[in-house]
Amino acid sequence: MEKGLPAVSMRNITKTFGSDVIANDSVDLDIYRGEILSLLGENGSGKTTLMNMLSGIYFPDSGQISIDGKEVTIASPKEAYELGIGMIHQHFKLVDVFTAVENVVLGLEEKGKLDLDSAAKRINEICDTYGFDVDPKQKIYDMSVSQKQTVEIVKVLYRGADILILDEPTAVLTPQETDKLFAVLRNMKEDGKAIVIITHKLHEVEAISDRVAVLRKGKFIGDLVTKETNAQEMTNMMIGHAVELNIDRPEPIDPRPRIRVDGLTVRTQDDILKLDDVSFTACSGEILGIAGISGCGQKELLEAIAGLQPIESGSISYVQDDGSYESLIGKDPLEIAAMGVSLSFVPEDRLGMGLVANMDLTDNMMLRSFRRGRSVFTDRKTPKNLAEKVVDELDVITPGVSTPVRKLSGGNVQKVLVGREISSAPTVLLSAYVVRGLDINSSYTIYDLINQQKKNGVAVIYAGEDLDVLLELCDRILVLCDGKVSGIVDGRLAEKHQIGRMMTSLGGDELG
Amino acid sequence: MDKNKSPLIHITKRSDIPWQRAWLIRLFALVLAFVVCAIVTTLLTGLDPLSVYQSMFDGAFGSERKVWILGKELAILLCVSLGLTPAFKMKFWNLGGEGQVLIGALATAAVMLYLGERLPGPLLMIVMFIGAVGAGAIWAAIPAFFKARWNTNETLFTLMMNYVAIQLVAFFVIVWEVPKGSGKVGVINQTSMAGWLPTIGGQKYLLIILVVAVITVAMHIYLKYSKHGYEISVVGESVNTARYVGIKTGKVIVRTLLVSGAICGLAGWLMVAGSDHTITTTLAGGRGFLGIMVSWLAQFSPFAMIATSFLLTFMARGASEISTAFQLNHSFADIMTGIILFFVIGCEFFIHYKVHFRTKEGKEIVDHV
Repeated sequence: MEKGLPAVSMRNITKTFGSDVIANDSVDLDIYRGEILSLLGENGSGKTTLMNMLSGIYFPDSGQISIDGKEVTIASPKEAYELGIGMIHQHFKLVDVFTAVENVVLGLEEKGKLDLDSAAKRINEICDTYGFDVDPKQKIYDMSVSQKQTVEIVKVLYRGADILILDEPTAVLTPQETDKLFAVLRNMKEDGKAIVIITHKLHEVEAISDRVAVLRKGKFIGDLVTKETNAQEMTNMMIGHAVELNIDRPEPIDPRPRIRVDGLTVRTQDDILKLDDVSFTACSGEILGIAGISGCGQKELLEAIAGLQPIESGSISYVQDDGSYESLIGKDPLEIAAMGVSLSFVPEDRLGMGLVANMDLTDNMMLRSFRRGRSVFTDRKTPKNLAEKVVDELDVITPGVSTPVRKLSGGNVQKVLVGREISSAPTVLLSAYVVRGLDINSSYTIYDLINQQKKNGVAVIYAGEDLDVLLELCDRILVLCDGKVSGIVDGRLAEKHQIGRMMTSLGGDELG
Repeated sequence: MDKNKSPLIHITKRSDIPWQRAWLIRLFALVLAFVVCAIVTTLLTGLDPLSVYQSMFDGAFGSERKVWILGKELAILLCVSLGLTPAFKMKFWNLGGEGQVLIGALATAAVMLYLGERLPGPLLMIVMFIGAVGAGAIWAAIPAFFKARWNTNETLFTLMMNYVAIQLVAFFVIVWEVPKGSGKVGVINQTSMAGWLPTIGGQKYLLIILVVAVITVAMHIYLKYSKHGYEISVVGESVNTARYVGIKTGKVIVRTLLVSGAICGLAGWLMVAGSDHTITTTLAGGRGFLGIMVSWLAQFSPFAMIATSFLLTFMARGASEISTAFQLNHSFADIMTGIILFFVIGCEFFIHYKVHFRTKEGKEIVDHV
């Protein structure tokens, strides 16, 4: 491949936070035009920090950045734009009540009158060039996640960027939307733009990129031509040692109905229909996956079962081994526990709901159990023992059990939460996005823990976003589409694009 | 990196800082504050700053009587602050300390006036105490109930309750005024001394200090070791987590504000029965607001609040001394208090952040303030 002069060349870039966090340690990286580079690394390996320095959000402690061979300093995002560098962040930075074109021109200091029509025309030209599909007059709040992302990309191109950085762009997309995005990225590559995509999904690296650069613990490990490598080699570089990439899926033993949901309908306070006539049964000794585009009812479904979400109609019952059942409707978590139902819930918002960020491990362990006993004082001995046990058994990395959980890394926070929730020997385990933001090692630890619970006869309900994982881990997968059940498929037989279609249209009607 | 273009100052967050270092920074800030105060004093008044400081110190510690007054003032401010602390720890912005103190004081005065001659001493004292504590508790629980039930904004509600309390006191001052037309209640039960807190060992204020000392210890235990205290922390940190583990947030809010208001009402009782023996609309004297600062500066630790309320009381006592001794306007003392608080609060920035300056040689130096 003819490479020529790199568009961006980073040399010896170092960035530290506080005195002991080295986010980037003497990183060297070259980015070329007409090439898609994947920046691969686990969470916390410094990918985003490195790119934030290129886009002017952070300033490096030391090192040199050159653009087209010229040494530059990038002190602000504005200066980055002037150099043609644009970043599309994981969390969109758009004004909801504005239209696409208003968002695109926002903050541009162009001389003369604001001319939205000519701006809209230019947006349409950009869209035609690269194959985007966006209506400049549409309001952001009317858009799907993938449309919002398109607006973000157009915004960057409109400002004349020819070096594009995308931070985990596929995390929120369906497989079909991902394919569309990749097609657009390839068009931009043909147009001679330099593109960096930050990701930790290996199959995407293989699908889209020409070259892959791997970071580990803030250090640059090396780069490879994508065609000449494979998933195992990349993983080994990412982790630093060989890992087994298969998730276990034992056969369910003696599954019996445990949670029966029938005709469940939930409306939010703003009168938005979140769940519409949802019915299913979750069985003991089985993992039931929940798939769906983000925000189409997963959270409400789990919270309704856990007694945290008022419902409009329908029923949720807990089924005993002998077939008798009791309704969980209208009961709060305490009343559910008082019924003798041991229900554990690992919520999506770990530090905002499952744990208290500023409290230490011991105090977090007693969240569920602090009421026990008649004394007006809290018993801290039992939770302290539990905290020590969890730290010991799940290999939580922490200075001690009296460290506030906010100081722990994402994976360790999750181990503390899951450890507490399974310590009560549950019969039902609800989990929402348990591995989000976790590195590979931690993710596999969590999968093992969930499988362990399954073997113990627990009915596990697992809401996830990574379809590959859902397909490897779950026995059955319930697909939600806009609050309705689009279908329930067998995890051993289903195919990824089929689920993708079911996520976007009821029953996946293109099927067959 | 091209040093001429790197930013002049950049600020990074510190991870942990050893506590000795943190206290060194605070001490340094206090010294710096006094230096700045000295310069301001000389520039504005032409007085010798050392003699001004000497007189401030005398104002606080100059005689045995002054020491006792300092102790009493400290205790009452601390009592109000202790009352506000559980509410603030729960992130319930109780700006109604002023009103809760006043309403407690009003209840105390009413019992002294109407039942003072009729009930035997100990019983009278119990009725006064229950009246004051109950009145304060109810005064705080009203906005708490509305917050719990309809999620009204407690900041405005508690603030408005202050004005209701002040007007109620103003009304009763006219009803009870002695002599008629003076606009003052005067000393209640001056001859019989019915309902006056007893002196211990000849010391008028000792009982007040002892009562507040007991509350301080009790509050420490309540917040740190009780189940209620644990619930307060959880609700304060995250309402969602509280809901998730089945804590009834509304119940905790009302219960905590009952405690909060009760202690503020008790401060009113201490003032009327223990030191002032009268009631005016300005009795609370801003302690309901000053107490917020005491509580926050001490990061809600009851024992640390002893130190912060000492600092503020010392400044107030010293300030009134210098305004008489040097015939300075009282506002001047307020300026000095302001400067000192600015430094004490401002230094927290340097405890949490590190400041790097660019130097001409192209090397970075780190400010170690």
